[in-house]
Amino acid sequence: MSIRVNGVSKSFGTFKALDNVSLDVPQGTLLALLGPSGSGKTTLLRIIAGLEWPDGGRIEEDGEDITDRHARQREVGFVFQHYALFRHMSVFENVAFGMRVRKEPAEKIKSRVDELLHLVRLDGLGGRKPSQLSGGQRQRVALARALAIRPRILLLDEPFGALDAKVRVELRQWLRRLHDEIGMTTVFVTHDQEEAFELADEVVVMNHGRVEQRGKPDEVFDKPATPFVMDFLGNVNVFHGRVENGRAFWHGVPIAYPDYPHAQPRPARVYLRPHELDIARAAPAGAAPAIESEKSLPATVLRQTRTGPITRITCQPLEGGGELNVDLPTAAARELAFLPGERVTITPRSVRVFLPDPEYVI
Amino acid sequence: MTSKPRDAATASSPLGLLLIAGAVATVGLLIVAPLASVFVDAFSNGPRAWWEALAHDPDTRHAIWLSLTVAPVAVIVNTVFGVAAAWLVARFRFPGRSLLVSLFDVPFSVSPVVAGLALVLIFGRQGLLGPTLAWLAVKVIFAWPGLVLATTFVTLPLVVRELIPVMEAIGPEEEMAAVSLGANGWQVFWRVTLPNIRWALLHGIVLANARAMGEFGAVYVVSGHIAGATDTMPLRVEKLFQEYRTPASMAVASVLAALALLTLVAKVFIERQLETESKELEAARVPGADTDPSTGGLGK
Repeated sequence: MSIRVNGVSKSFGTFKALDNVSLDVPQGTLLALLGPSGSGKTTLLRIIAGLEWPDGGRIEEDGEDITDRHARQREVGFVFQHYALFRHMSVFENVAFGMRVRKEPAEKIKSRVDELLHLVRLDGLGGRKPSQLSGGQRQRVALARALAIRPRILLLDEPFGALDAKVRVELRQWLRRLHDEIGMTTVFVTHDQEEAFELADEVVVMNHGRVEQRGKPDEVFDKPATPFVMDFLGNVNVFHGRVENGRAFWHGVPIAYPDYPHAQPRPARVYLRPHELDIARAAPAGAAPAIESEKSLPATVLRQTRTGPITRITCQPLEGGGELNVDLPTAAARELAFLPGERVTITPRSVRVFLPDPEYVI
Repeated sequence: MTSKPRDAATASSPLGLLLIAGAVATVGLLIVAPLASVFVDAFSNGPRAWWEALAHDPDTRHAIWLSLTVAPVAVIVNTVFGVAAAWLVARFRFPGRSLLVSLFDVPFSVSPVVAGLALVLIFGRQGLLGPTLAWLAVKVIFAWPGLVLATTFVTLPLVVRELIPVMEAIGPEEEMAAVSLGANGWQVFWRVTLPNIRWALLHGIVLANARAMGEFGAVYVVSGHIAGATDTMPLRVEKLFQEYRTPASMAVASVLAALALLTLVAKVFIERQLETESKELEAARVPGADTDPSTGGLGK
């Protein structure tokens, strides 16, 4: 089942939750809607499920317009952020609910529920109440309940948001395997980029009710389309520089930027990722400069912080001030053994430049 | 119930003892003693006389019968209205919503006598709807329908008020989940909403029933006080008392008082259930958990 969202808008009072959003989800894709809270991702998910009505735009399933179809008839499996399990029902009855309201025969319900409880690895827990389960178990009950109606698409709202870190990672990998097994078109909402990148075939980054970027996880990570995506993905050095004559200047260091060939200088924002920077000890005075070139920035080491396999070296450029993070594999950092106060040169392997208002560029 | 270790010093200090004594004396004087005296007076001539006072006086019998028919009807009306109104208010945002919620409270703030008079002004023979009702040959005031109307009016807030906070606390997610699983409106209500609110609903019903049985003021005005026709139990108590038939009056009063005690027991039981459920709701709000999406992902 493929989904097509076509120019959907939705407002709550004066708040614009979705602003003319279009999106294609091909059959069998596992797609992540990634964005901060208030970006409209949950609203979009609910509109696809029919739990919310769009003010404008259409929703299609396999080319068929289902915008006016009631949630009841959409055959969508929806997993709610806090699972929304029926508190007064046993796990078994929770999973059976969708089949009970369809008045399916009892034996059929029994075998299907047992099969699903096995699938989500909750065999033998059918008699428990939701309140007697752990967060991860509840999550899997919610999933089994959604799958019980043999949905054509599966939608998950922050499926791992309420779990602790270890359970979250386990469930994530498990869900990926499950998706590969059953191959159902799946859309999930998350504010956690790690979750989106690890789990999804495709990532859609949303902000202020609009789609900022869509692509495979690597594409989004390596080529952020907008400053927002760059910022949201986080862990980035941002500097105010300028562009002119096909070059961007960062602390006086020129970087090729052919997108702006004009002579008139313009302010720009320069983004450098900590793991895309080379760092070397500055040549002692008088010696031939080894790495130092016009593309390198002289700086002073401030401190080093180690987080597992990565060591972050925080430096201060000699001119202009501010701080700059460089990430190195811990082994490499240990070998270099910088001391605070030492002079270094920093060379970017890759730089992204964004101009403040693109419409100005002709 | 929280069983905090009590501060022994405070409880046994002179001021503490004084306050405890004051509370016990007040409750004893205002609540226990009058209630006990009702039963003492009712049974002063023995259980046989008590039974005869209730069963052998046709007017009293009729009053009991009338109360037993008026109160349930008022309670049923209240239940249906209460569930519908609470659902409306808890699940939807619309202009005038808070005004509507305040209007639910009017029966609490208006004196029951005024409520009764208002009903007479509308449904009475000289009232707004008087000619229409006369034409339809329906008698409301000084008749059974008037009693039901008055009783419903004074008990109106009880069920709604009980349900709104509970439904708001539960939230709409379970109902939405049921819809996405293919349930229709009735299925959602019977299988999900009602089981979730059942104790709160029962609590409201018990309170509404107690109030309906005991209502005097509004019913007094619309009933016309006709013995054997429109006298309910509280009206009968008053009439017997005015006729200096104190033992008979107390016998009827004892039935009402017993009902109050029963209500109390039911109330305590239901409140325990409610407490358990609200704890479960708390537990269902997911253990551990960073639930604030605004903290963003990693990085920063």
